[in-house]
Amino acid sequence: MSAKLDVELAGLKLKNPTILASGILGISKKMLLSVAKAGAGAVTTKSITVKPREGHKNPILVQTTEETFLNAVGYSNPGLEESKKEFENLSEFPIPVIGSLVGCDAEEFAYLAENIKGIGFKAIEIVLSCPHTPGFGLLAGQGTPEATKKITAAVRKKTKLPLFVKVSPNTMNLGDVVKAAESAGADGITAINTVGPGMAIDIETAKPILDFKVGGMSGPAIRPIAIRCVYDIYESVKIPIIGVGGIITGKDAIEMMMAGATVVGIGTGIYYRELEVFKKICDEISEFMKSHGYSRLKDIVGIAHRD
Amino acid sequence: MEKQEVLEIKSVVNENKEVKTFFFDKKIKSEPGQFLMVWIPRLDEKPFAVSFENPLGITVQKIGPFTEEFFKMKKGDKIGIRGPYGNGFKIKGKNICLISGGCGVIPLTLLAEKSKKTKITAIIGAATKDDLFFVNRLKKYCSKVIVSTDDGSLGERGFPTDVLKNLLKKEKFDCVYTCGPEILMKKTFEICENNKIECQASLERYMKCGYGICGQCCIDDIRICKEGPVLNSNQLRKLTEFGVFERDKSGKKVYF
Repeated sequence: MSAKLDVELAGLKLKNPTILASGILGISKKMLLSVAKAGAGAVTTKSITVKPREGHKNPILVQTTEETFLNAVGYSNPGLEESKKEFENLSEFPIPVIGSLVGCDAEEFAYLAENIKGIGFKAIEIVLSCPHTPGFGLLAGQGTPEATKKITAAVRKKTKLPLFVKVSPNTMNLGDVVKAAESAGADGITAINTVGPGMAIDIETAKPILDFKVGGMSGPAIRPIAIRCVYDIYESVKIPIIGVGGIITGKDAIEMMMAGATVVGIGTGIYYRELEVFKKICDEISEFMKSHGYSRLKDIVGIAHRD
Repeated sequence: MEKQEVLEIKSVVNENKEVKTFFFDKKIKSEPGQFLMVWIPRLDEKPFAVSFENPLGITVQKIGPFTEEFFKMKKGDKIGIRGPYGNGFKIKGKNICLISGGCGVIPLTLLAEKSKKTKITAIIGAATKDDLFFVNRLKKYCSKVIVSTDDGSLGERGFPTDVLKNLLKKEKFDCVYTCGPEILMKKTFEICENNKIECQASLERYMKCGYGICGQCCIDDIRICKEGPVLNSNQLRKLTEFGVFERDKSGKKVYF
């Protein structure tokens, strides 16, 4: 007897609240399928840009403490045209696939949204928050309320698919950013992107380890920041939240949902618990609900906000 | 925690004009076929098969910008390593065959060294006799070492797979182990399938994170850094991308 874990997210029906976060494994349809088989409720592709990108050189990822990773991948992807071929015919895919899009400006985002039609994505995520890729995200000023509104509105005009906006924790006006996204027609907020950026220096050679020197922080260490951000966002907007950041266990997911997330995104968790992390988290959520008398996920979402 | 461990180069051995082995003051335990991520600070980080375990030795063939820089390093210089990663070769049976092309001989030589009490036939392929290395090291552990060169400058003229085909007319192996250019491994696997012999191949894909997170090194739904690099016949049989295409740094398919 397990609790019912199916959930609705901006009109999407998910069999459970775990989603593969963008940038993780989502290089091909076959890799996404292996994540689906491992039990995810939905999957997100690696971010797609208009032109192919090789990304930063290695190391693109480094573990700096047991609970911390820094990454600076630099949006490597084969570009829009190759991605269309890679992900074509998603209509038969067993769970919803969310297409992650990144552009340098509103026009490019809109162009991508218009041109991915026909692939079969069930939703679009636009990422305005990368902390380590010149020309994109925070380094292109996309993390302000004004830019968020402009880009979201431009994409909204080009697509009827559920639209999620991925935001950064590295802002003092997160509430304004997510309100801007909501007012421009976003159907959900993905929070958070990686924290920082941070840096790690090898003291034997006195050199920064990441090729890009700085990278976004992920892993269990950032969970308190993610929880706080999701809590704040829940107070600011009515649209649902995909809570991402340091989710490794079912208890982490419950905490994130209590802060206000409808579903959770999983990335670095795959490092700690392999692909089975999705099924394990679902089992652990189920177990918690049973032992604590919750029958529906809905009863958990946002309850930390009640007096 | 999986972070680079920085090691000082203790000695350098020239294996041939284009191949060097770098030794470090460190012992490691690995399965032959497992690899290390080797970091040259501010340059790049790439996977290399473990070549010697005690002391640790990494054998490098000069093939591109990274290995060119590696080649310039000398005693006292520092590199970072992490690993060993992935699944290595598994010894199966009492009579095995190794078949390599180019620097694919590296993990297979460690395999030979670690396969005590096993009868080993090694077929070592290279473009010319000057490109060969580890032949004498292999002779210590193998009952037979057959050299083949593309130009016939030493040993048999032609491809190592032709040698394997001929051998199989009179001999039966419990398992065939292969590492080298993908076309050679694909051909070897096909020969093994036709002769109903188990095969293990060490595959290569462009690798980025090495932690099993980014997905860059996938072949079908297998991550070379985690479930690979060594795949067995059961796994190879299911692949649709083996010998067909690999992905470049951007993830774009590049056909063989």
